[in-house]
Amino acid sequence: MSQPATATVEVNGHACRVWTKGQGPKVGFLAGLGGLPRWVPFLDRLAESRTVVAPSLPGYPGATGHTELDTHLDWVLAVRQLLDKAGLGGADLVGASVGGAFAAEMAAIFPERVGRLALIAPFGLFDDKEPAADPWAQRKDVLPGLMCAEAATWNELVAPPEGANSVEWPIEMTRASEAAARAFWPLGNTRLEKRLGLIEAPTLILWGDRDAILPPVYAGTFARAIKGAARVETIANAGHLAYLDRPEAVANAVLKHFA
Amino acid sequence: MKLMWFHLMPYTELPDDFNQKHPSVWVDIHSSLFDPRRAHHMYNDFMDELEYAAELGYDAVCVNEHHSNGYGLMPSPNLIASSLARRTTDTALCVMGNSLALYNPPTRVAEEFAMIDCISGGRLIAGFPVGSPMDTCYAYGQNPSLLRERYLEAHDLVKRAWTEKDTFAFNGRYNQQRYVNIWPRPIQNDPHPPIWIPGGGSVETWRWCAEMDYVYCYLSYYGYKAGLTTMQGFWNEMEKLGKDRNPYRAGFLQFVGVAESRQQALDLYTEPAEYFYGRCLHVDARFATPPGYTTEATQRAGIQSMVSKAANTASYSSKLSLKATNMKDIVDGGYVIIGSPDEVVEQIRHVATSLNVGHLMLLLQYGNMSKDTTKYNTRLFAEKVMPKVKDLFGEWEDKWWPKPMDKGQRAAIPAFRPHAAAAE
Repeated sequence: MSQPATATVEVNGHACRVWTKGQGPKVGFLAGLGGLPRWVPFLDRLAESRTVVAPSLPGYPGATGHTELDTHLDWVLAVRQLLDKAGLGGADLVGASVGGAFAAEMAAIFPERVGRLALIAPFGLFDDKEPAADPWAQRKDVLPGLMCAEAATWNELVAPPEGANSVEWPIEMTRASEAAARAFWPLGNTRLEKRLGLIEAPTLILWGDRDAILPPVYAGTFARAIKGAARVETIANAGHLAYLDRPEAVANAVLKHFA
Repeated sequence: MKLMWFHLMPYTELPDDFNQKHPSVWVDIHSSLFDPRRAHHMYNDFMDELEYAAELGYDAVCVNEHHSNGYGLMPSPNLIASSLARRTTDTALCVMGNSLALYNPPTRVAEEFAMIDCISGGRLIAGFPVGSPMDTCYAYGQNPSLLRERYLEAHDLVKRAWTEKDTFAFNGRYNQQRYVNIWPRPIQNDPHPPIWIPGGGSVETWRWCAEMDYVYCYLSYYGYKAGLTTMQGFWNEMEKLGKDRNPYRAGFLQFVGVAESRQQALDLYTEPAEYFYGRCLHVDARFATPPGYTTEATQRAGIQSMVSKAANTASYSSKLSLKATNMKDIVDGGYVIIGSPDEVVEQIRHVATSLNVGHLMLLLQYGNMSKDTTKYNTRLFAEKVMPKVKDLFGEWEDKWWPKPMDKGQRAAIPAFRPHAAAAE
């Protein structure tokens, strides 16, 4: 697995990392909880036939600036700037988990900036009858098993790479969690439901059948509310961050939808 | 020195198998454990105890704020303080305090504290905690990433509301109010009631207290031995900032159990202490570290310094992992000071001088301690310990103590006469 090219763009005066790899038409990726502390096989698979551009949301690994963002409007506008500056205007867009909620916002509010849309277990809704789990109130030993179908998959994502700064690395991981909390505390509900009807982009909704954070029944809510053609596909043996658990299956579904 | 009598108001009837059957005393403690009819008696006992302490000459009675908490039945300490304002006369009322970011708008705190100050004739100490993660982020749903900024802004708003003479508009990042003009205003208006800040061991808090000239209070349940590192850190920082070592810049919480002999103290206080350190501090670790609650500077300090990691106290997760739950370890660890009056005198003098703390907040009721035992502990301490420690720090002026109205100018509070009142 070769490393992506790294560039930096500024959002509200703060540096945000943009990773790029591959060839072919661009596809943007907004990562889920935890962000991208490292390049992952899912993106490599996409990069075989597409140019993958993965900008880091403010506060996520490789980026700062979440502390400037106080309201959901602040966040939405920051993500818009990030996509524009990463050269993703009009490209197909994949968003997962917290990144999925922002990808949906982009397609709803700035439809000209999003081609086709793929959402992997996006945040943004809360159903009283099927309450989402609280990702910010978990014991350290329980959390990995909630994020991924296999705890080891999450642990691999966040493990410090060789040569990492032993002080700054854990702070960066906590910062990613804080950034997500800043935007989605306490229930993950950003009233996205009010805006789903504005999404006209053809949308693929992917959900891990073992998602322990957001119940898979949320997929149907998204599909019903989105105005454009929306289709749900369940990923077997995948948890909340399905793109980490089943990179091949998720990438195949996404590529097929974008083809 | 000042000896202050602090009540946490713990629910005293958590079952013996509480720790086995329930994950947490805080946030999601089950409602079936709460019997309001029993709580009626607990509240009234606790308020009797606070009034008793005031009668016995403690310098202050202290109350604090907790939410969804089995060891702290005061979501609103202001309710208790307002009652104490009527049932005490000269004792300072230390509300330790109101978690500013939880009030919307925060001027509510400025108003209620001003009411307590007016009713009491200027006896209020205004405590402004950020609040624990369990209280603020979980029980009250506040965003941990915004909590401190909101707290600091609310502080600015409350202080301006107390001190500005004219109606003003507050154009904050989180609070906007067109007309800020609180009625009533505090009696203590030169410039405002004393502000005390309970906090963990973060350098940022120490610096802020120094800059604002506030009292820093370290309210740990783990006593003077564990608190030494934190208080040394505080005083080192004061020295760096060119501040004097006036012990009244600081407050410290200490559990005490005094009896005729050490053995009698063990007999009396083992059960309530083990109840407190066992059941009351049985907090699910998942509620300890909401992301963003601890600043990155404090995280960095915690990771870098193994010393502060061991003793530190700034992080709730390390606090929880410190705990001992049997009496021998509780006493050996210095969580609870026990002994005969003279033994307690010696230890209190050691605590005060080694930590250089002029405001000692005493927990003389803890866990399921009965009212009788609490009164015994309170009386014995007042009669046999207090006179032998009061002399400490006499050379320093306490510039952070309430300045009430002259006694002669204050309202006469009639004795409470329930039957007479009903007949009128």
